Amino acid sequence: MTRTSQLGSSPERSDAPAKTSGALRYTDDRVRPGTLHAAVLYSPHAHADIGRIDCAAALAFPGVRGAFTGADWPDVLIGLYMGDKPPLARGRVRYYGEPVAVVVADDEAAALEALRLIRADFTPLPALGSPREALAPGAPILHPDLGSYRRIAAILPEPGSNVANRSRIRKGDADAALASSPVVVEGEFSFPPGDHAAMEPRVAIAEFGLDGRLTVGSSTQSPFGVRTLLSKALGLPERDIEVIAAPVGGGFGGKAGIQLEPLACLLAMRFPGRPVRLANTREADMVSSPGRPGLQSRVRVGATREGMIQAMDMELLFDSGAYADYAVNVSRAAAVACTGPYNVPNVKADTLCVYTNHPFATAFRGFGHIELSYATERALDLLAARLGMDPLELRLKNAARPGHTTPTGATLDPNTGDLPACIARVRERLDWDAGRRAVLPDGRIRAKGIACFWKAPAIPTFTDAAATLSFAEDGSAVLATGVVELGQGSFDGLRLIVAEALGMDLAMVRVLRDADTDRSPHDWTTAASRSLFMAGRAALEAVADAVAQIKRVASAPLRCPEEDLEVSGGRVFLRDDPEQGLPLSTVVLGYVYPNGNAIGGPVIGRGRYIARGLSGMDPDTGEGRPGLEWTMGAEGVEVELDPRDGGFRVTKAACAMDVGRLIHPALARGQVVGAMGMGIGYATREAFVFDSRQGVQNGSLRDYKLLRYGEEPEYFADFVETPQGDGPYGARGLGEQGIIGMPGAIAQAASLAAGVELNELPLTPEHLWRAMREARS
Amino acid sequence: MKDYAGPIELSLRINGETRRVQARPGDSLLRLLRERLGLTGTKCGCENGDCGACTVLVDGAPIKSCMALAVECEGSDILTIEGLRGHPVQKAFAVENGFQCGFCTPGMILNAVALLSAHPEEDEEADREWMQSNICRCTGYEGIRLALASARRSLKD
Ligand code: FES
Ligand code: FES
Repeated sequence: MTRTSQLGSSPERSDAPAKTSGALRYTDDRVRPGTLHAAVLYSPHAHADIGRIDCAAALAFPGVRGAFTGADWPDVLIGLYMGDKPPLARGRVRYYGEPVAVVVADDEAAALEALRLIRADFTPLPALGSPREALAPGAPILHPDLGSYRRIAAILPEPGSNVANRSRIRKGDADAALASSPVVVEGEFSFPPGDHAAMEPRVAIAEFGLDGRLTVGSSTQSPFGVRTLLSKALGLPERDIEVIAAPVGGGFGGKAGIQLEPLACLLAMRFPGRPVRLANTREADMVSSPGRPGLQSRVRVGATREGMIQAMDMELLFDSGAYADYAVNVSRAAAVACTGPYNVPNVKADTLCVYTNHPFATAFRGFGHIELSYATERALDLLAARLGMDPLELRLKNAARPGHTTPTGATLDPNTGDLPACIARVRERLDWDAGRRAVLPDGRIRAKGIACFWKAPAIPTFTDAAATLSFAEDGSAVLATGVVELGQGSFDGLRLIVAEALGMDLAMVRVLRDADTDRSPHDWTTAASRSLFMAGRAALEAVADAVAQIKRVASAPLRCPEEDLEVSGGRVFLRDDPEQGLPLSTVVLGYVYPNGNAIGGPVIGRGRYIARGLSGMDPDTGEGRPGLEWTMGAEGVEVELDPRDGGFRVTKAACAMDVGRLIHPALARGQVVGAMGMGIGYATREAFVFDSRQGVQNGSLRDYKLLRYGEEPEYFADFVETPQGDGPYGARGLGEQGIIGMPGAIAQAASLAAGVELNELPLTPEHLWRAMREARS
Repeated sequence: MKDYAGPIELSLRINGETRRVQARPGDSLLRLLRERLGLTGTKCGCENGDCGACTVLVDGAPIKSCMALAVECEGSDILTIEGLRGHPVQKAFAVENGFQCGFCTPGMILNAVALLSAHPEEDEEADREWMQSNICRCTGYEGIRLALASARRSLKD
C-alpha cells in the first residue's frame, strides 16, 4: 500500500473556488434583514475635555432608534491586558478619531444623517505627540487612573506617569562591558505610528437574543479572546456569549484584540432581538480603530576591534497612542528579543509602552520585532561603518547559534534555526560579493542592504490549541479547530498535515471554515504565527485518536488485534496482509454486520496542545523563558536611488528563513513574499502624518500610500529546514517573520546609496532628498 | 437628462439577468448590489474610489462601483464576480496563488478580465496602469503578476 504523501507539495488552496467566485461570505456579507445600523461620531481633537453633547435633534430624526454617549455606560472599561478604554469617550478624548457618540437607526443612511445633528462641545488640551514628549517632566498625564485599572500581572504600568508598561532586561553587566569595549557606537532611530490597512474594514454585528444570549459576528482573529473580554466588560458569563469569526479579509494583528465588539454588544443589549451592525468606514478603520505603534529608540553597542559584540544598552519607546491595548505586550515582546538574533553576552534594555495622544496601537505583524530589529540593525550598521567591516560579515560573526542565550537568559536549543545558512543564501541571491554600491550610467545609485531577524511567539504561557476530527458517510474527514482563516492559509497547512497523518487523499480532508466559540474547540488566538505549529500538533493528536478508534472498531469484523491494523489510503487493513481490510466509509460511522448488527458509532478524534515549558519574566531582569520556538532568518534588498530627486525604489528583496520543515511551499512563499512587500511599504511610505495638534492628516487610502501593482521588487524566498523537534513534522511558524528585517535592510541600503545615515522612517523620496541636501551643505 | 426624486424602481441587467430593484437616487451601484441584490461578492474596501475592491464591469469596462450611481447603470450590462463562471482568469488566480485573504480578489479578477481583453498581448505598461487601481495588502503582488501572465497565455491558446 503506497501512502499518498503530499507534504511539501503545493496543492491549490482549498478556498480558491470560494475566493475566486465571490462565494465566500465575510462577516459583513452576512447582514440579516431587520438589522439596525450604528454610526459613530469621532473626535476632531487629539486631546480635549468633552463639554455638553446634545443628541436631541439626532434622536428626533426619522428612523433613529437611539443615540448614546460615554455617559450611558459610566463603568465599562475595556482592554486586552489592561482595562483602560471606555467604549465611548468619557469626560475627555485622548486621540483624534476617538468615538464620542453613536446613533442607531433602521438604516445606515439615517444613522449617518442623524449623526450630523449631534452637537458636541470640546475644550482642546495640549496634545502629546511622541513618547519622549510624554515622558518629559510636566507632561500631562493621560491616564490619571492608571494605578486602578484592572490588568494582568505581566504588565507593569507606572502610575503617575504615561508609562503603560516597562519591561526590563538585565543580562550580564552591560555597563561594565561597554566601558571596557574598545569600540562603542550609539544612535537614535525612530518612526511614526501607522496602520495595518487590511483590505476588509473591521465590522461587528451583535444580537442580544430574546433568549438572553449574545451572538456576535466579528472580523476578528480572536473569537475566544473576544468572548472572554466581552464577558469581563459586559458582566455576562462566557456561556451566554457566542462569537463567530468568518474568514477575515486580512488581519496582520490589527484584528487580534478586542475592538468594535464591546460597543456593538452594548448597543445590541439596548435593542434585544435586533442585530446591530457597527462597521468601520475605511477612514474610521485607519484612525479610530487601532493601528501599529510608532517608535523612538536609542541603542548603544560595544564590540571588540574584530567586531565581536560585547554589550548592548538600549531604550525602546513604543508610541502606544491613547490606549494600551496590545501595545503593552508588544513592548514586552520586544524586550524578550531585543538584541535581534545575535549573541550578546551583556544586555541592558528598557522597553516602554508610552501613552501619547496618537491613535492607539495594537498588535501588528512582527509584534515589536520590526521595531527592535530596525533599531538594532541600524546600530549594527553604525558599528560596521566604524569598524570598516562588511555589514554582512559583522552579522555572520555574531549570529546566534544553539547554546547561546537570549536576552532573557533562555538557552537556544538544538531546534534553533541555522542563521548562518540563511545569511549565505541571501548573500548568493543578491550577489553580495559583487559589491554593495554602484553608480549606474544614468547617474542613479544602486546599493544593497542586509538584516537578520528572529521571532518567537509572545504568547501567554498557557497558549492552547485544540482539534476534533470527524467523518462523513463517504469516509472523508473534517477537521475542526478554533483557527481563523485570514488568508495565511493555515487551513491548507493543517489539511496537509491531517492527510499525511491519515495517509488519506487530500481531497478527502476538509477544514471547517468559520471559527465559532459555541462549536469550535478552544484556541487562544490566530496570531503570533503559531497556528500551524499548535493547531498542527493538536490535529496530529486528533488523527492518532481517530485512528485508534477506527482500529478498535475494525478489529472486530477483521478478527484481529488492533495492533495488527493500519489506516491509510482511505482504508483500514492488516499490515501484513493489506488485501484484508475495510474502506473507512464502512467504519467511521460504525460498522454494520451483514445481519444488521452494528458496532462502534461515529469516530471523533480529539487533540489538544498547550505551550510547553514557558515561564514569565522576572520584573527586574527579564529572566525567564517566554519564547516558544525561534524562527530565524536573513533578508536583503537592492535599491536604486536617483540622487537628483530622491526617487527611490526597492528592486530586489530576498529572504531566507529557517522554517523547520516546509509543509506547503507555495503558501509559505506567499507569506514571506507578502510580508516583504508589506515591509517595503512600512519602510518607504507608510506612516501617519500629524498636524501640530496631533490630528491625522492622511487617514485614507488616497493619502496613506500602500504598495501598488508594479511597485513590487523581484522577490526571492528561500527556506532552510532545520527541524523543529516539537513542531508538526518539524515545522515552525513563518507568517510574520518576513516583514521584520525589511526596514533595517532598506535603511542600510538607502543610507549607503545616499551617503548619509538615515535613521528615521519612512524613507520617502522627499526624506531622502532632504537628507542628501543637508549632508551636502 | 433624467430627473429622479424619492425612491425609484430601476431595471438593471446584471450577470445576464434583468433585475428590478427599489433604489434611492443617491444609492451607489456597490450598495445596491450588496444590500438589495445580495451580490456580496463585490467588496467594499474604502467607498472612496481608492482601493478597487468594488470593481465590476459595466459594458465590459472596469468601474469602481462605490463611485457609480446605480441609476447611471440602467441600460448597461453589469458583470459582477458572481456572473463570471470558470473564466481562465479565475483559474489562474487559483493556480498561481493570486490571492490570500481574498478580499481584493473579485475586484482584481474583474479588472484583470477587462485588461486582458483590451490588451491580449504582453504589455507591462498597460498592466501596471490597469492593475494599480486595485490594492492587495496580502500578496505583495507576486501571485497576481503570475496569474495575469498565465491567464494571458491560456486566453491566447
Ligand atoms: S470600495 Fe470602491 S474603490 Fe474602494
Ligand atoms: S488577498 Fe488580501 S488583499 Fe489581496
